[in-house]
Amino acid sequence: MKREYVMGNGAIALGAMAAGVNLVSGYPGTPSSEIIETISKYPHEGLHLEWSVNEKAALEVAASASYAGARTLVTMKQVGLNVASDPLMSLAYVGVKGGMVIVSADDPGPISSQTEQDTRRFAEFARIPVFDPTSPEEAFTMIQEAFDYSEKYKTPVLFRPTTRICHAYANIDVPEEFKPHAFEGFVKDSKRWVIFPRLSFANHAMIEKRNPEIGDDFSDNRMNFVNTDKPCEKVIFAGGVSYAYAREFLKDFPDIKLCKIATPYPFPEKFALSCLKGAKSVMVLEELSPYIEENLLKLAGKEHLDLSICGKLTGDVSVSGENSYENISLILSKFLGIAIGEEQIDLSSAPSLPVRPPVLCAGCPHRASFYAVKQAMRGKKSYFCGDIGCYTLGNAMPLDMCDTCLCMGAGVTMAQGFHWVDPKMEGAAFAFIGDSTFFASGMTGVVNAVYNEANVVICILDNSTTAMTGHQPHPGTGRNMMGDIVEKVSIENILRGIGLKFVETVDPLDLDKAVDTVKRAAAEKGVKAIIFKSPCIAIAKSTKKAEISEKCIQCKKCIREIGCPAIVVENGKVMMDTNLCTGCNLCAQVCPVSAISVK
Amino acid sequence: MNKDILICGVGGQGTVLASKIIAAAAMEEGNTVHSAETIGMAQRGGSVISHVRIGDAYSPLIPKGKSDMILSFEPAEAVRNLGYLKKDGIVIVNSVPVKPTTETLQETGYDGKDMIAYLKEKCNVIVVNSEELCRKFGSTKYFNIVLLGVAAASGHLGISEEAIMKEIEKRVPPKFVETNKEAFRVGVGVVRGENL
Repeated sequence: MKREYVMGNGAIALGAMAAGVNLVSGYPGTPSSEIIETISKYPHEGLHLEWSVNEKAALEVAASASYAGARTLVTMKQVGLNVASDPLMSLAYVGVKGGMVIVSADDPGPISSQTEQDTRRFAEFARIPVFDPTSPEEAFTMIQEAFDYSEKYKTPVLFRPTTRICHAYANIDVPEEFKPHAFEGFVKDSKRWVIFPRLSFANHAMIEKRNPEIGDDFSDNRMNFVNTDKPCEKVIFAGGVSYAYAREFLKDFPDIKLCKIATPYPFPEKFALSCLKGAKSVMVLEELSPYIEENLLKLAGKEHLDLSICGKLTGDVSVSGENSYENISLILSKFLGIAIGEEQIDLSSAPSLPVRPPVLCAGCPHRASFYAVKQAMRGKKSYFCGDIGCYTLGNAMPLDMCDTCLCMGAGVTMAQGFHWVDPKMEGAAFAFIGDSTFFASGMTGVVNAVYNEANVVICILDNSTTAMTGHQPHPGTGRNMMGDIVEKVSIENILRGIGLKFVETVDPLDLDKAVDTVKRAAAEKGVKAIIFKSPCIAIAKSTKKAEISEKCIQCKKCIREIGCPAIVVENGKVMMDTNLCTGCNLCAQVCPVSAISVK
Repeated sequence: MNKDILICGVGGQGTVLASKIIAAAAMEEGNTVHSAETIGMAQRGGSVISHVRIGDAYSPLIPKGKSDMILSFEPAEAVRNLGYLKKDGIVIVNSVPVKPTTETLQETGYDGKDMIAYLKEKCNVIVVNSEELCRKFGSTKYFNIVLLGVAAASGHLGISEEAIMKEIEKRVPPKFVETNKEAFRVGVGVVRGENL
């Protein structure tokens, strides 16, 4: 064993490797992306590792491997589970042979997500077990047990850390070497592996009988933990990072009964019941949905328990957003009647703080792409459908180029809807989609547009990486997670293959040419595509800088038009922050008096 | 040893590396360490925070009013996170502001000076200027290491200068090690009143 300092996602990765995982697949998404990246940094001979094209593909690749007896890990963020839900719902009926753990990282807040959905609910919906770690340390051991449970009950299992677990660092003792699990290989048996109504009916009955047994099994597992067996009138239940906050608060109160629910589904009823012995009032601390709370209410009804249960449903715990040490300590001090001292500095007279919404980086080629479309369509009513990635930030002022953003790939299809409800628009319906997102779920939308004869302009913002989640490779980059150099999948060829006549690739940093291309695309009928190709500035490190000469007339057009964070006003004068500037040359092309030059 | 250190700034300033070095150095000195980082959308020019908890800790985030030290790369970010500081804690802050683009558009004149004045009134504070201290390196990219030097020499970090220097050597690409070590010494010199 050696002690390492790793992120929660690293602990999950190393735990899976300690469990002998044979195949790992996934699609990047905050807060889950570092799991696969961690594995790629450790020796992993005999293990297949891939960024799949999307979460559905990842789960299906892993499914057959698990049928063959291999241990598999699939990673994604919570909204990725929506994409993977089609194979998941069926796989839950079919089951697996080799252990399969699906990590779906939830994001209370949400901090970097579209929704505050709760993977524990998804587990119950799919009727498969779910594990909910309360710390990186626990995640490391828990995921190893998750593989065992998966094999024992022949079912895929969900593992759902939240952002604060994924991105917390801790000391973990890890094995010196990882050995892949030995497995039998696929044994043909169409009665077992081919889903038909008859199999679904039989397995549905089997699952409903099995799940309460798993709940009892979980009741005996020490992962579900209570600090005292003594009957207490007041009992606290907690799950996930809320348990860590509660423990922090209760450090000086070891006699207060605190129960951890680590396996929310199937709910460990016997464990919960034993914790409730002598209880009169219960407080439930959890994030996202009132999952534990509802299960306790169900249990109380079933067992005719005379007690009050407080949590999200009673308004004692916030229904949305993440918990914190601060809100948990307020809730618990009230519930337990413990006074908390005033320890903070009084900040009532603090000066007003600047707001700092996230913005496109200085020199980001997406800024230039958005600006080119904006210039080309000035004065003509158009629709700008955004998508998921860095370029969602194109919505910020002064660009203001993102009218909608819904989910991965939706921009391509939503632009079509705007065309159908406003076919005579003066401008055009635009979709903006990144290269990785295009591969993940943009391509089918283009086929839909061609087939149904929509008039749309599809702008592919190709920076040759998956930037927002930390620069993962994808099918267009020419390398994969096994470290191989592979054939690049050409976006242009895909579009031409679908049948698009207008497909042009342009450098967005060449403003005049980019504007001209957009104008020509918008003027034509049918489905048109422009590939704005320029590398992500965080990868293609530039040493160039822009300079502002005395010719500057302080009109501030550069600031008003493109909003680059490198252009600032100091003592009333427009200045270039050379620590941020990458010399992309966009501002120089916007300046009306040619006062900006790049060296 | 129990120490809670909060590191804050604006995405892209190098706060994550600073927190990793502190955590690793504390670990090398035999402590249990927990930390937490801002990762995701906020990294693109938003406010970022790293929590480093040395010793006993359950919560991955430092509770408000419990932080021994705030290391801030930006004046307003220090004020934004001041609620985390213990009443007798210390703030080490860069006086050079990062102006958000929205601010530049509306021209409210944010220059960080009010923030520094407020901090001085409220708590124990060491103010440093990233532009002055990094001038000899030609880039403020080394400021995170300078700030570590200030923190280590202040005596409030509880980790030796040697342990931090060792981690810098381990974590920085070989060709930048010397410049980073020099940056660390510049930070140490600020506290010792040396003009390097």
